[in-house]
Amino acid sequence: MRNPQLNADGELTHLLTLEGLPAPIIRRILDTADPFVSIAEREVKKVPLLRGKAVFNLFFENSTRTRTTFEIAAKRLSADVINLNIGVSSTSKGETLLDTVDNLVAMDADIFVVRHAQSGAPHLIAQHLTSRRATHVHVINAGDGRHAHPTQGLLDLYTIRHYKQELHHLTVAIVGDILHSRVARSLIHGLTTLGVPEVRVVGPKTLLPASVEAMGVRVFHDMRTGIEGCDVIAMLRLQGERMNGALLPSGGEFYKQYGLTTEKLALAKPDAIVMHPGPMNRGVEIESAVADGARSVILPQVTFGIAVRMAVMSIIAGN
Amino acid sequence: MNSQELPDADIIFAELVDRMRGAIAFEAAFVGIYSGGAWLAERLAAAIPGEHALGYIDVSFYRDDYSRTGLKPGTKRTALPFDVEGATIILVDDVLYTGRSVRAAINELFDFGRPARIELAVLVDRGGRELPIEPTYCGARLLAARDVSIVLSRDNDGRLKLATEKTAT
Repeated sequence: MRNPQLNADGELTHLLTLEGLPAPIIRRILDTADPFVSIAEREVKKVPLLRGKAVFNLFFENSTRTRTTFEIAAKRLSADVINLNIGVSSTSKGETLLDTVDNLVAMDADIFVVRHAQSGAPHLIAQHLTSRRATHVHVINAGDGRHAHPTQGLLDLYTIRHYKQELHHLTVAIVGDILHSRVARSLIHGLTTLGVPEVRVVGPKTLLPASVEAMGVRVFHDMRTGIEGCDVIAMLRLQGERMNGALLPSGGEFYKQYGLTTEKLALAKPDAIVMHPGPMNRGVEIESAVADGARSVILPQVTFGIAVRMAVMSIIAGN
Repeated sequence: MNSQELPDADIIFAELVDRMRGAIAFEAAFVGIYSGGAWLAERLAAAIPGEHALGYIDVSFYRDDYSRTGLKPGTKRTALPFDVEGATIILVDDVLYTGRSVRAAINELFDFGRPARIELAVLVDRGGRELPIEPTYCGARLLAARDVSIVLSRDNDGRLKLATEKTAT
């Protein structure tokens, strides 16, 4: 069966997940993002690539940052952006997801940026578009359930490549709430596809998925050994709103064991970088002194995220 | 692929320098269109008297064939390390054909500011224009069939070479 993200010529037409995405396509996106980074330095922070195209932000789940960065990315490509806060419109009147999509295609949408609490929703939309022969319409997954957040994974990869250049000798630790994190899943797939030799996940048993080793990672329950000698530490947000039941003793206890403090950071390599997808819980998973410190690349991640999303949109819309 | 020798690129380059010497403003900036134009802009900035800023432009984000061919891999950063506002700019390309790359480059330049003046220097003008664009300075005029492209390459020693390639159809 064909990868649902690729067209008949093997080119990227939807971005749904980094799992199974060939390394050359991931590298191509990262390479393309590079010239987009510098567009923010121009007098006119825009290029005319997607002029006349309509990008629909379909956010079935709340998000300010991701929606905003997609909106900025689309606008810097000169596309028209339509933001739909679906949670409070059509679906509450009983319309199905695919009826909503059909209506928006009838309004000449070119790209759907989809965030949904249900894993697989962007995939379902992409399949539906194929069955309707609407191959000129593209889908970008902006986060679905616990499944994937591919543009976040790509911007993390871009950030790592920016600061470390070569990936094939790195040790990367992903720390915290892996269980609820689509960010972690996308990053793990991206890192292993690009040949990062050691990817570690660090967290309590209750916040690690059952078969996480099958993704090609080393598992650590002790943070100190987990981040020892690492080049990159990717912290995750403690997702209180996704937790049903007591997976954790308390926020304070979590911070003591898994919070990234100046003292724990000293165990990583001296030039290790610290990433976080935001929004940050200071004093829950990361110490303020680390978040604002010299090794933190958290704000550059946000800037790179716009360029990476521009790259994804301009590649898929041209295929 | 059918490749055929063309006049020596270094001789054509010397002709181009002769035509430009004395005509170029002392503080004119040279901006090369990737990749052939970039090599030429570096050489011209060094060969033409004056204090010349050097910039590079990749027109991929301004091309008019994006909706037909998509984005080509290998896009580079446009880098204009001088103030475009009020500048005199010598835009440099290797082979002038349809004029579409030059149109894209001019549009891109204006997104950085309003230049006082833009001139166009090309190594080779092969005719076949589809837009009203003409070079200010030109090294040589060559004729080539429509299905043949003229390609400038640079070897490890920095020597330039012109060749023809049959365009894949």
